[in-house]
Amino acid sequence: MRFIFEKDTWQEIYDSIRKNKGRTAITIFGAFWGILLLVGLLGAAKGIENSFNNLFGDFATNSVFISGSRTTMPFKGFQEGKQIDLTIRDVEIIKKEIKGVQFVVPRNATGGQVTYGFKTGNFTVFGDFPLLDQVQKKRLTDGRFINQKDIDEKRKVCVISEGVYKELFKKNEDAIGTNLKISGISYQVVGVYKTSRFEGTNNIHIPFSTFKLVYNKGDKFIWMVVTGKKDFDIVQVEADVKLLLKNIHNVHPEDNRAFRGFNLGKEIAKVTGFLTGMQFLTWFVGIATLIAGVFAIGNILLITVKERTKEIGIRRALGATPNKVRQQIILESLFLTLLAGSLGIIAGGLILMFIDYKEWLTNPTVNIPIILIAYAILVILGTLIGFIPAYMATIVKPIDALREE
Amino acid sequence: MIKIEKLHKSYPIGKEFIHVLKGIDLHIKEGEFVSIMGSSGSGKSTLLNIVGLLDVHDEGKYYLNGQLIKDLNEKKAAILRNKFLGFVFQSFNLISYKTALENVALPLYYKGVSRKERNEIAMDYLDKVGLKDWANHLPNELSGGQKQRVAIARALVTKPKVVLADEPTGALDSTTTDSVMDLLKDINNEGMTVFVITHEEEVAAQTKRIVRLKDGVIVSDELTKAPKTV
Repeated sequence: MRFIFEKDTWQEIYDSIRKNKGRTAITIFGAFWGILLLVGLLGAAKGIENSFNNLFGDFATNSVFISGSRTTMPFKGFQEGKQIDLTIRDVEIIKKEIKGVQFVVPRNATGGQVTYGFKTGNFTVFGDFPLLDQVQKKRLTDGRFINQKDIDEKRKVCVISEGVYKELFKKNEDAIGTNLKISGISYQVVGVYKTSRFEGTNNIHIPFSTFKLVYNKGDKFIWMVVTGKKDFDIVQVEADVKLLLKNIHNVHPEDNRAFRGFNLGKEIAKVTGFLTGMQFLTWFVGIATLIAGVFAIGNILLITVKERTKEIGIRRALGATPNKVRQQIILESLFLTLLAGSLGIIAGGLILMFIDYKEWLTNPTVNIPIILIAYAILVILGTLIGFIPAYMATIVKPIDALREE
Repeated sequence: MIKIEKLHKSYPIGKEFIHVLKGIDLHIKEGEFVSIMGSSGSGKSTLLNIVGLLDVHDEGKYYLNGQLIKDLNEKKAAILRNKFLGFVFQSFNLISYKTALENVALPLYYKGVSRKERNEIAMDYLDKVGLKDWANHLPNELSGGQKQRVAIARALVTKPKVVLADEPTGALDSTTTDSVMDLLKDINNEGMTVFVITHEEEVAAQTKRIVRLKDGVIVSDELTKAPKTV
């Protein structure tokens, strides 16, 4: 095996490859494309997964949003069309009665005109409990989120999202401690946070109790976020909560439209399934292309061996032993797969960098070990496939090879 | 140098066998300049291929440099070719993507000579055939005569015992034929055994010994009165 480390061996192969650039390009294209696809697709799949995770940010994924609506069936003397309003009492009952519920977070919301200095904007104003931070983690860039004291003292404070900050404040202006006027009432800003894409960008949060007082809501609220405990099926939790609510609010048990629910857990499971399927497809397509690429190298080497019969005949007349001839062709195959693999990985990486630069996907990356394994497989297969043309090159007698015109 | 006794060779064509060489006896001593004459089908190429270890004989004995050639495998044949024989072909058989220098250096690569050394040796031989200035040209940039001179340089570069030339002037016009033959004569004058196959009388006349072959047997074997200088 000493020949592998001899500079001359490689020089000869390098020469023969360098001086036949067209042939080399055609030979390696298949394998190059294979590894490019594998890197590109795996990176893109990872990027989609990251983007998806980013979309929901730090939301508790096993959660369901439930709100009251109008009944569609008459029940217990009530006519259909009755408006159902969720109340704080419902929250207490749900917490007490339903197993598997971790948090129940009531929320209120309304549109409001907000003024700061000479600037005005229309934003969504939420009435929230501190608990919201547990189920929809707020990434605060400044200050704090609403706390229990705000609730207890019905303080006029607000937490604003980055979108609101950008619209009302100058760049780098300190928002904390300033006062905003929301529908004519002054609130002190106590926090600024970064939103995930799912949340929308123009949000203002004030204490639930303050909201109740200012907008005269009583105990009513618009919707609640219910999260399930670990190991509990969120779909079942949703069904249990709704049934309980129907019971409390005198709604027909089969009236499915009296309460609206958006089950985040269910939707995420769907997308996760899709992502898993896509990853599987990526692997399948990538590996199949890679193998096809290796066969293409073998195939084209076989063709070039036929084309080079004469050259091989000359080399043998000049004293190349069959082993030398075989060596050269196998090493050419090895070299070509190394080249194809390296170029493919580099090109795939560049594509992923471009996708990342354009921010089409979030952090499209591929694990280095996966790439190394794919690379190793490519090189091993490439070497093995080289044995076929190498064998073909030596079964022709030099005399017959020389006679070939 | 080359000693052949009762050499027979036949080729299968379908189910038939064509008896090409029918008992050849030939003895070529070191330093001789021999030509084999014969029309096509006389068996002269077959003889050269056997002498050149590119083909094997059926019967008889062949000694190359005193060594009996028998049961050679490809590997041994390749090593012997590299060591003892230099080939010059009618169609030059240069490798098209290698420069003149690289073509000349190739046999040394298979001999295991280092790159630097073999390029130096190859350059010396290119100089000898008058093509030093063409060292970095590809074969398709050379004329027919130049290509054949490169091929001769390649045949000589390993310092073989015998140079085997198969119709070396077959693809050349009369002027370049003369220059190639002059070169072969020079080589011979330096002591190299040269073995030429040709069907051209003028070419054969410039060698020192003509062996005429017809239908697989030697019909005549005589020394020429070729002058030492032209």
